[in-house]
Amino acid sequence: MFWEAELANVGIVIVSHSPKIAEGAADMVRQMVGSSVRVAHTGGNPEGGLGTDVTAILAAIDKAWSDAGVAIFVDLGGAETNSEMAIEMLDDKRRGRVVMCNAPIVEGAVIAATEASGGSPLETVKRAAEELTPEA
Amino acid sequence: MTIDTDDRTIDQALQRRLIEAVAQSMIGHAEELTRLDQAIGDGDHGLNMRRGFEAVLADIDALAAQPLPLSLRAIGTCLVLKVGGASGPLYGTLFLTLGKEMPDVPHPADAARALGAAIAAVMSRGKSQPGQKTMLDVLAPVHAELLEGGEDLAARLKARARAAAAATVPMRAQRGRASFLGDRSIGHMDPGARSAWLMIEAVCDVLGG
Repeated sequence: MFWEAELANVGIVIVSHSPKIAEGAADMVRQMVGSSVRVAHTGGNPEGGLGTDVTAILAAIDKAWSDAGVAIFVDLGGAETNSEMAIEMLDDKRRGRVVMCNAPIVEGAVIAATEASGGSPLETVKRAAEELTPEA
Repeated sequence: MTIDTDDRTIDQALQRRLIEAVAQSMIGHAEELTRLDQAIGDGDHGLNMRRGFEAVLADIDALAAQPLPLSLRAIGTCLVLKVGGASGPLYGTLFLTLGKEMPDVPHPADAARALGAAIAAVMSRGKSQPGQKTMLDVLAPVHAELLEGGEDLAARLKARARAAAAATVPMRAQRGRASFLGDRSIGHMDPGARSAWLMIEAVCDVLGG
């Protein structure tokens, strides 16, 4: 059934400083993969200005949760630090199944979701996205 | 028994003054921190720190009444949840680790050990090291001074923090948003170094420097 496919595929979380960028990137991902992959997004600090919010990131991980794991895409420094903090705050069962992907937020999330929609495991999804990032 | 109670009361009063002093300093310098951050970052450091420490002040009664380690951890959690920028998890990690490492009634040696662990945790959280134009460039020298111990420690820690923050001006940023600016980050004090200096100064002023 379709909901079983949803639960089986890696979920995608998009974390931007800007709520609009987060929402727009999530829209682009959904256009690619429809409902075959769970996608959640969050942006803005706890007051709604530019920034990120650990509590909201935790909620997004929960919303995108799949037993196959969740791949997170971030824009700038604070989004990365706050997402790492959120991962550490997850319970033991979930913590090891959430990864940060070092990739451009829009392109990375789209490629990862496409990979995830085919049922690829978390490591493959992460690698597909990170291939977009030139070697430093 | 009476003496124990009295000691605890004094600890609580001191703890409250320490928390208030740090929080008021961050709130009072919010505009300055924001100006520094506008020069080389995204201009939100002052506002973010103010939001975090206003939340700390709102909870001051509970924070002052808890044993020091719990209080430090609660401050750390508060900063992580409220700040909204990279400084939230970074300062949050600093306070969370201090809380984990500090005994109820710390001696300077305990403080030095706890600060050392907290600096290591911040380095790991920010994937950064001293020399990259960050708060670590103040915290690490202050830690070194604290390890030396000796006379007039509070005043020496303040002087060391001031000099260390000033030393970030000619540095080239290698972490955080400022690193995008490359050489253009040279010539400005790092906002995180400034907020770390302010915190050290506030603590030392209360403890008698």
